[in-house]
Amino acid sequence: MNMTYREAISQALRQAITRDERIFLMGEDIGRYGGSYAVTKGLLADFGEERIMDTPISEAGVVGVAIGAAMGGLRPVVELMTINFALLAMDQIVNHAAKLLCMSGGQITIPLVVRTVGGAGRQLAATHSQSFEGWFAHVPGIKVATPASPYDAKGLLRAALDDPNPVIFIEHSLLYGLAGDVPEEEYSVPLGKADVKRTGTDVTIVAYSRMVQVALEAAALLEKEGVNAEVMDLRSLRPWDKETVLASVKKTTRAVIAEEGWRTGGFGAEVASTIASEGFDYLDAPVQRVAGVEAPMPYNKALEQAAIPKASDIIAAVRAVL
Amino acid sequence: MADMALAERLDKALLVDLLRQMLLIRRFEEKAAEMYARGHIGGFLHLYIGEEAVAVGAVSAMQPQDYIVSHYRDHGYALARGSPPGRVMAELFGKATGLSRGKGGSMHLFDVPRGMWGGYAIVAGHVPLAVGLALASKRKGENRVAVCFLGDGAINQGVFFEAMNMASLWKLPVLFFIENNGYGMGTAVERAFAGKDIYRIGQGHNVPGQQVDGMQVLEVREATATALEQVRSGGGPRILEALTFRFRGHSMADPELYRSKDEAARWMERDPIVTYRRYLGEQDMLSQEETDALEREVGATVDEAVRFAQESPDPEPEALYQNVYLD
Ligand SMILES: Cc1ncc(C[n+]2csc(CCOP(=O)(O)OP(=O)(O)O)c2C)c(N)n1
Ligand SMILES: [Mg+2]
Repeated sequence: MNMTYREAISQALRQAITRDERIFLMGEDIGRYGGSYAVTKGLLADFGEERIMDTPISEAGVVGVAIGAAMGGLRPVVELMTINFALLAMDQIVNHAAKLLCMSGGQITIPLVVRTVGGAGRQLAATHSQSFEGWFAHVPGIKVATPASPYDAKGLLRAALDDPNPVIFIEHSLLYGLAGDVPEEEYSVPLGKADVKRTGTDVTIVAYSRMVQVALEAAALLEKEGVNAEVMDLRSLRPWDKETVLASVKKTTRAVIAEEGWRTGGFGAEVASTIASEGFDYLDAPVQRVAGVEAPMPYNKALEQAAIPKASDIIAAVRAVL
Repeated sequence: MADMALAERLDKALLVDLLRQMLLIRRFEEKAAEMYARGHIGGFLHLYIGEEAVAVGAVSAMQPQDYIVSHYRDHGYALARGSPPGRVMAELFGKATGLSRGKGGSMHLFDVPRGMWGGYAIVAGHVPLAVGLALASKRKGENRVAVCFLGDGAINQGVFFEAMNMASLWKLPVLFFIENNGYGMGTAVERAFAGKDIYRIGQGHNVPGQQVDGMQVLEVREATATALEQVRSGGGPRILEALTFRFRGHSMADPELYRSKDEAARWMERDPIVTYRRYLGEQDMLSQEETDALEREVGATVDEAVRFAQESPDPEPEALYQNVYLD
């Protein structure tokens, strides 16, 4: 069936709530209001307030309560309205969700999914346009999924819901309208498996989330110049699929890594360092990175566009490695 | 001294057991201090000496299925809940046999089978976890109350208010047990909290509160039992504030420059163990010989706990990678 990224996530949630009575949703304005990005629209009417819980505006508290509920045997799915507000819940995610299994010597399990949405491009300015997925990926004990297509969004969400560990599921606000083929029935896309979106021989472009679309756009333009790019979607950042990335670099001998967030300490640095240390002998050129401009995101449309990586930036990076 | 009516309703075995538990905690903590000084215990060690009546009174009023979610000053709750002293000491020693397999230490004691759902070292960070456990309990129709122990310092954290609000909004079975020992590290309550009575802090959120003398084990037990009954009957969360005092520093590294010797001495006159033991004697519940026997029994238990901890193995090197993720 053809459906949007938003519909795919919504369907995955609906099917999960129907299938497993332990699963319930918590979040700000997910019920009556219908969800800030309308992902949860209609669910309250069908499942009631016990399964679709509107919460106060208390990110730390809500994530903490969800962790406790997961400890107590339920399977909460929290929606954090945007990733920018996840900062308020960082303590709960990092100090509790990620640690209690280990710190309790295996006695506590936290099957929790935190859905949130990141990314820039809607003129929401500096506090509402961020990409923090690398911050979460830094932390052992949690997993991080970053779906880039409707198919992966639905399948990765199922995998996250089946996972006995806490999973941070990061959607992108500019992908909600993206349409694609999605099976009606439930299926799982494993965390930690990259997807080769386009095969090529001349250069490997590694991306995730919305940058996958931008990389595909760049690859289409490069093809006209006779450059055959392979585009790789990491799909999840923890665990991340370094084997598939290294195998691709071995074949193409050149790598460009694209991410939307700031360059310093960004997830692309992790990928670049892995290629440098484990795939150095494959390389015919230094690895190049494409990333967001290191400034608080401006409101002005032209300035904002200048701050977000575009296909032309990826093309320039590819030219630099050829 | 404790109201006779309280004692009359309890049988002698229980009354003596409360003393035994308090003594066990006292001697355990004294021994832990010694082991810390000898280098067997690392990190932070927050002793519970002086506050024993709180944990023992409160835990004795709980039912076995109830949850304890506590702050890092947690040895007393684990011991009162029946965690083997040897495994508690082994955790302080970082041994593989410790309650948390040597991965948690003093501040993070977990004994889930006995209802000890953890000590937590981010001040007030554990409060929403208790509320979440209560949510699960209510959703599953279980008769389990989550008892969340927190300090007077923790009530000034935002997440405490967030969690209390949700607990009240959703009428969840939680008891917020505020252990007011007068200080958060070196900051006196009145220098940190703008209100007057901590137990009334939930008024604006429809969470009723009560205060109890935390130096009297029977009073604590009675107040906890009443509060738990109210919470269990579905009325939503409640607050119980126990007034107490830690006789030692905040942790082992505290020179205690922020409080006067006088203040400490005044509280120590009300030592919960000394006064309760005297009271039991006066009531002809406990003879001198019985007291001595109790001391010997507790002393032997603590010595055995140290022996167990000392002889236990360190975790295997592979333990570093265990329980990071569940497969
Ligand atoms: C979020 C956070 N901030 C600061 C600290 C450092 N700290 C540890 S204990 C403590 C005092 C807490 O006092 P209280 O809640 O009254 O508990 P008590 O130690 O008196 O039992 C502080 C500030 C911490 N562990 N966590
Ligand atoms: Mg205190």
